[in-house]
Amino acid sequence: MTATIVVAGGSMGGLRAAEQLRAAGWTGAVTVVGDEPHMPYNRPPLSKEVLAGKAPFESLAFTPRAAAADVEWRLGTKVVSARLAERTVTLDDGSTLSYDGLVVATGMRPRRLRCPGPLTGRHTVRSLADAQGLRDELTRPDARVVVVGAGFIGCEVAATAVGLGVREVTVVDPLPLPMAGPLGELLGRALLRRHEERGVRFRLGTSVAGFEGEDRVTGVVLGDGGVLPADVVVESVGSVANVEWLAGNDLDLSDGVLTCGRLRVGGRPEVVAVGDVARFPNARYDAVPRRVEHWSIPTDTAKHAAKTLAAHLAGAETDPAPFAPLPTFWSDQHDFRLQSFGAPALGLDDVRVLDGDPSGDVLVGYHTGGLLVGVVALGGQAAAMGAARYRAQLLKQPALTA
Amino acid sequence: MKVVVDMNKCQDHGQCVFAAPDVFSMDDTGHLLYVSDPDDALRDEVEEAADVCPLQAIRIEG
Repeated sequence: MTATIVVAGGSMGGLRAAEQLRAAGWTGAVTVVGDEPHMPYNRPPLSKEVLAGKAPFESLAFTPRAAAADVEWRLGTKVVSARLAERTVTLDDGSTLSYDGLVVATGMRPRRLRCPGPLTGRHTVRSLADAQGLRDELTRPDARVVVVGAGFIGCEVAATAVGLGVREVTVVDPLPLPMAGPLGELLGRALLRRHEERGVRFRLGTSVAGFEGEDRVTGVVLGDGGVLPADVVVESVGSVANVEWLAGNDLDLSDGVLTCGRLRVGGRPEVVAVGDVARFPNARYDAVPRRVEHWSIPTDTAKHAAKTLAAHLAGAETDPAPFAPLPTFWSDQHDFRLQSFGAPALGLDDVRVLDGDPSGDVLVGYHTGGLLVGVVALGGQAAAMGAARYRAQLLKQPALTA
Repeated sequence: MKVVVDMNKCQDHGQCVFAAPDVFSMDDTGHLLYVSDPDDALRDEVEEAADVCPLQAIRIEG
């Protein structure tokens, strides 16, 4: 039998893992198991261009590298359990696959609100099917839209809805400012003002207690007792790691799957994890393992994990270089862009304006112990380039102590 | 090797410039410039640039 690597998860992380295994010299079989019916596609447009009706699926699909053309794709099926000691996984069609190497790339799914009320009319935005379903409802005449969660996805969806001409778009969040958790107060205020100026309403500092309506949602009941009329509700309240299939293997699954700095899972040299399901230490900062839900992470982790796994299966030494990716993310909302390099969340106690002004284009620096650990630009293309100018400095920075 | 960037998709994120500075650059106004027929020795870095493009606008031919 030829040696096989099974990749559990058929999104960007699964694709990048397959490609990087080839780049790392693995010539054995690779089987990717993915539960969606589609080949991997790019998700950022789901809350923007797809929702706005500007991007057909063909424009989202990734083009796999030529070197990965012989990878076997088992789509529309998923891994439901694993026996790591026996090196097997079982799929939801009942079949069992044996492997020599396993890549955990099952990603996240949206967290749902657990409160009373009808389910119809309530949406999440994670998959293409989600975005298409939501688009059909947003384009109903005079739809009243309530977005629960003022994070990145919630604010992007609200901006897109306003852009589509939806008359009433209200964002609800228990925190006092949008996106303030990851970005802090200064940008939170600047973003709140920009969204309000463009027609988004906010109900901040209150939670959702339930939903009104018989067969479908007609209103959102707030924790402060108020009710917002709603025809369409979008829940963007975080995500849950798809790790249930790994249960029973004595792993730390408390928040994604815990890995070492080489992205190995459970101390097993033949199992690695990639993408936002992996909780890994970033040697650039400290020894604390964290999950990172940024678009750049599947590619970064796949490259490192594939080297770890391919070297092990070839009986070679693994690369001793510590994994130290520089996180980067962006978010397009209305006519402005947020662009970030580094880890602003680690420097929320010491936030300084590096350039510009919060009322216009602004570049914000996040520090800890006097060290710059992240920069975020808000504004147009020039602002984003301003953030990029700090990239080299962030890369050079000495590691923080744990 | 031939590099094609779909300029209708490109939104000047500049991630490709970090991945493959020999092939991609930004002009003074922040717009993308690139070499369309780079040396084959640069294939790895061009593939990386294609991977990290948020808009998946970079195609490699040949």
